Amino acid sequence: MEIIAKRPESLTKTPFTYCPGCLHGVAHRLVAEAIEEFGLTNHMTGVAPVGCSVFAYKFFNFDMAQAAHGRAPAVATGMKRARPDMHVFTYQGDGDLAAIGTAEIVHAANRGEHISVFFVNNAIYGMTGGQMAPTTLPNMKTTTSPYGRNTDDIGHPIRVSELLATLVAPYYIERVSLLSPADILKAKKAVSKAIQYNKEGRGFTFVELISTCPTNWGIDPIKSRDWAKENMLPFFKVGCLRDKGEGVE
Amino acid sequence: MSKILMKGNEAVAEAAIRSGCRLYFAYPITPQSELIEYMAKMMPKVGGCFLQAESEVSAINMVYGAAGSGKRVMTSSSSPGISLKMEGISYLAGAELPCVVVNVQRGGPGLGDIQPAQGDYFQATKGGGHGDYRTIVLAPNSVQEFADMASEAFDLADKYRTPVMILADGMLGQMMEPVEFKTPKTPEEMEELDKQHNSWCICPNEDGDKKHHHEINSLEIDPYVLEKHVNDLYAKYAVIEDKETRYETYNVSDDNEILCVAWGTSSRIVKSAINELKAEGKSIGLIRPITVWPYPTEAVKKAIGKKVKKVYVFELNTGQMLDDVKIAVEGKVPVDFWGKVGGIVFTPAEIKAKLEACFK
Repeated sequence: MEIIAKRPESLTKTPFTYCPGCLHGVAHRLVAEAIEEFGLTNHMTGVAPVGCSVFAYKFFNFDMAQAAHGRAPAVATGMKRARPDMHVFTYQGDGDLAAIGTAEIVHAANRGEHISVFFVNNAIYGMTGGQMAPTTLPNMKTTTSPYGRNTDDIGHPIRVSELLATLVAPYYIERVSLLSPADILKAKKAVSKAIQYNKEGRGFTFVELISTCPTNWGIDPIKSRDWAKENMLPFFKVGCLRDKGEGVE
Repeated sequence: MSKILMKGNEAVAEAAIRSGCRLYFAYPITPQSELIEYMAKMMPKVGGCFLQAESEVSAINMVYGAAGSGKRVMTSSSSPGISLKMEGISYLAGAELPCVVVNVQRGGPGLGDIQPAQGDYFQATKGGGHGDYRTIVLAPNSVQEFADMASEAFDLADKYRTPVMILADGMLGQMMEPVEFKTPKTPEEMEELDKQHNSWCICPNEDGDKKHHHEINSLEIDPYVLEKHVNDLYAKYAVIEDKETRYETYNVSDDNEILCVAWGTSSRIVKSAINELKAEGKSIGLIRPITVWPYPTEAVKKAIGKKVKKVYVFELNTGQMLDDVKIAVEGKVPVDFWGKVGGIVFTPAEIKAKLEACFK
């Protein structure tokens, strides 16, 4: 029998702990497939954040570190500087990376650390129960913005990819979405490119993946993808912001 | 080897490099500036990594990553910066990662000032960060000892897989004294150091089919697993208390009428006062904890001679080690305390006057 799809070797057999309809599983798989595609499974290491993907260290089938909230880029910096022969990535959500970890991500990017960052943006804190994130859309209701995000009071959502694209050092920055099969195929290409550049030692690579949170949005998985397409994508536009390998500056 | 006249901040940095430290992450702060500057100058010359982090928070998390990768790594700061590192130190202790943290203490609380002080004793010895953990804390009282403690700290950190703090102060950091260094680690010794943590640290899978999956982690979501983890940590700490408690006794004898207890910079000043009073025929002993955690409780208890009518604690704070001394003395004799704060260092004459008053 011909096997046309199987678990990537770079994922362990530990069952994912994500909610039904969550796209973290898709994102994990894309990262794992890319690592395998470039033959890096035995020389790859990753950093799990605090948030829904806190247990990512159990899911990837190579050595992993679990970092304090927001500190994954600093931890990854220490790992890469200690073992330049290893390839290092972080996997972070929007609460982790765009709020408490703002300094760490900006400065790791600014130094051009030779790491890849996979940034899953679903506009909410998932694990703690649906609080407002720095990426929460204007007027969006969350448990800590029960009357809707008031931009006069708490500001507008942060576009992290655009923010990082103001820096000189980053080698590759792209925003993709996980909202449809076609989008996932495009996301796969971006994730693969980041891992390829990582393998080649090009510099700092960053892929933002627009995702959903059916549980905390209170919308079923299919409709939540439609909601994200209608509401998130106009503000968080997909596209490549930096690709020094392709001359996109 | 001949002695070199050096500031404590530079001496500890040089000694760390000689001990095989090739990764250093820190953020500038006074009065430890010479340490970060020395590392910036010397690390590239030995093929090491010097990185000025965006904050002390980032620096300690870089340490977490490098320590998790099995390499000798150090950070340093002064009091306010050490407070920022406390989150990371708790994670390092929880994940059982070896590293060395140097605190060149200054006056506090808050921004305080930049003069020498010993106000971080509670923070260093009682936890500092969140959760049930301890860190080994070495307290030097000379530039030579500050330097010697670098290699000792790395050895202890590796042996017990735990963060080790060297608790110095602005006086020891800024003061110049002659110092003799150990021979640097040879390339062979460095190679051995590199291998020692391979059974658990982040490292490549190069053993063919025998694939490992190492996790650097302080999260145990199952309360019973976390309970066991914390109990295991405390079993390790019990071994450290048993085997690694260090102290110095000075002029301790059965003739002592007063027993002084002082650590770090304070202990040297107290020693000068004791010497002057000794010349006047007064018998005063001093016990100096070298590890302030584990605390030499039994040694302090034993040092109280039959004629001791008072135990006198001197610190450059409001009486932080005092509690540990009282625990050791168990109320058997009165315990008195005198200290100075604000970064003001007491003089031998002031200590002498305090001690003389005990004989009146």
